[in-house]
Amino acid sequence: MRVFIFPADSLRAAIAACLICLGSVTLAEDWTPLNKDGIHDPRSPAIKQLQEPAAALSKLIPDTAGNMVRWVQALEKGEINPRASIRPDTKIRVYDSDVLLNLKGGMPIVRFPHRQHTLWLDCVNCHDHLFKAETGATKFSMLKILEGEQCGVCHGAVSFPLTECFRCHSVARPGQAPKPSLPIAIPAGAVPPK
Amino acid sequence: MRHLVSGWLVALALIGLCVPQAVAEYADVVLNRRAEKEGVRPVIFPHWFHRIRFRCKVCHAELGFKMRVGSNDFKMADIVEGRFCGACHNGDIAWAPDRCDLCHSGKRGLPTGIFGGHETGGPGRW
Ligand code: HEC
Ligand code: HEC
Ligand code: HEC
Ligand code: HEC
Ligand code: HEC
Ligand code: HEC
Repeated sequence: MRVFIFPADSLRAAIAACLICLGSVTLAEDWTPLNKDGIHDPRSPAIKQLQEPAAALSKLIPDTAGNMVRWVQALEKGEINPRASIRPDTKIRVYDSDVLLNLKGGMPIVRFPHRQHTLWLDCVNCHDHLFKAETGATKFSMLKILEGEQCGVCHGAVSFPLTECFRCHSVARPGQAPKPSLPIAIPAGAVPPK
Repeated sequence: MRHLVSGWLVALALIGLCVPQAVAEYADVVLNRRAEKEGVRPVIFPHWFHRIRFRCKVCHAELGFKMRVGSNDFKMADIVEGRFCGACHNGDIAWAPDRCDLCHSGKRGLPTGIFGGHETGGPGRW
């Protein structure tokens, strides 16, 4: 198996921290009741009227991070059927094409799937202010992603978090294990099996 | 060497951030630019609840919500007139804006921002 080296120790440390975090938060309950979640006012009359996250999310295909729901699968299996528009004249655009990114790094190659993204999003959510619509035209950087730019605009905020390395780095290079071990201290269970 | 030290400083800062102080549901948004100053509770917008019913593109493309917490500057009057949340909370697609408490349900003193236990920091956080 190939051992791979991160480009910068600072990046490695930052990533280690993320993984440690994941290890600590997964110890918490899957979904916190609204009156204990730290943001709702427990004395608000709304507490009894609002839906509890567990009531809705526990019925969907489970995940190990984020909302603890596999949103793409829940959509594809028809467990949820969110509306794609509210006005009759809106054009709904879906595009089916995978783009491979990070062709030169040490981590497995990143497969960016347009289809799954455009089921949820429109082209203008990414093009061209985040990414150019031309393979290889965008200069990507994992540090920028971790800072909440590029893929990190959504991943780490609303879509599955950046702790799930191998969901993006999903294509092994020739001779590389599909999920190579990371050369950093990772708490047991921090990188859940897919 | 300097690289390494700064890296571990980042790491420590991150661990601090990640301690689940508030275990809000992933991607919950608090809006409190004016609400508390004007005497009402901060607003909580739950992404998880809305994405079961609407794809991202409805709000972030059709309705034009920018994807950066705090960057859409709208007031209660906009909502009552049918813009932003009011595009749906109009008594037609969803209940009308007269049900103040359902939106204004946050704890006092919360900053505008995105919350949730599993985030790595989120846009503009570190
Ligand atoms: C695309 C349409 C749409 C937009 C835009 C929208 N909502 Fe909603 N919202 C809904 C629907 C539909 C419901 C469910 C109504 C029902 O159950 O009858 C809902 C329900 C809610 C609830 C109650 C959740 C619960 O637990 O029952 C809250 C709180 C809420 N919205 C806040 C907001 C806020 C704040 C905004 C603006 C930042 C907003 N919404 C924008 C469609 C929308
Ligand atoms: C949302 C998708 C996504 C996630 C999640 C993600 N990455 Fe990346 N990563 C990328 C992209 C895109 C690049 C391409 C950057 C480039 O082309 O230089 C990249 C590049 C990298 C690089 C630099 C190139 C290389 O292979 O050496 C490293 C190191 C890296 N990622 C490590 C990680 C680790 C560790 C994790 C988990 C903590 C992670 N990434 C999670 C998308 C992601
Ligand atoms: C979630 C973000 C995202 C969305 C939404 C998105 N794209 Fe892309 N798109 C990308 C990325 C990332 C690349 C690769 C850019 C690079 O390699 O520099 C890309 C590349 C492309 C390319 C060039 C590669 C290819 O497949 O031919 C085209 C064309 C394209 N996008 C069209 C679209 C269209 C049409 C839509 C809407 C239906 C869309 N994209 C929606 C992120 C997105
Ligand atoms: C504008 C928001 C946005 C951006 C930018 C974005 N994504 Fe995503 N991504 C999503 C959403 C929404 C999903 C659906 C799953 C979820 O929400 O957890 C998703 C899912 C995925 C999936 C899982 C697909 C599946 O079949 O389950 C991968 C892999 C992925 N994104 C990689 C990337 C990479 C790599 C980039 C950067 C080049 C990127 N994303 C940028 C919003 C985004
Ligand atoms: C019902 C409307 C609605 C839907 C549906 C919706 N959002 Fe949002 N989103 C909002 C609002 C409102 C904000 C806060 C805007 C503000 O504060 O100005 C927001 C903020 C965001 C942000 C900024 C977070 C930050 O850290 O600054 C991102 C990223 C985002 N949404 C992504 C998504 C993705 C991805 C989806 C689909 C899975 C989605 N949203 C679905 C209404 C929506
Ligand atoms: C659909 C959700 C929603 C409902 C229902 C709602 N509000 Fe708001 N309200 C908001 C949002 C979002 C803001 C902007 C929050 C911020 O950034 O401070 C706001 C802001 C306000 C403000 C701050 C000043 C201003 O003009 O922006 C006041 C006061 C207010 N609302 C009162 C009310 C009252 C009274 C009701 C009931 C009649 C009500 N709201 C119902 C979402 C809602």
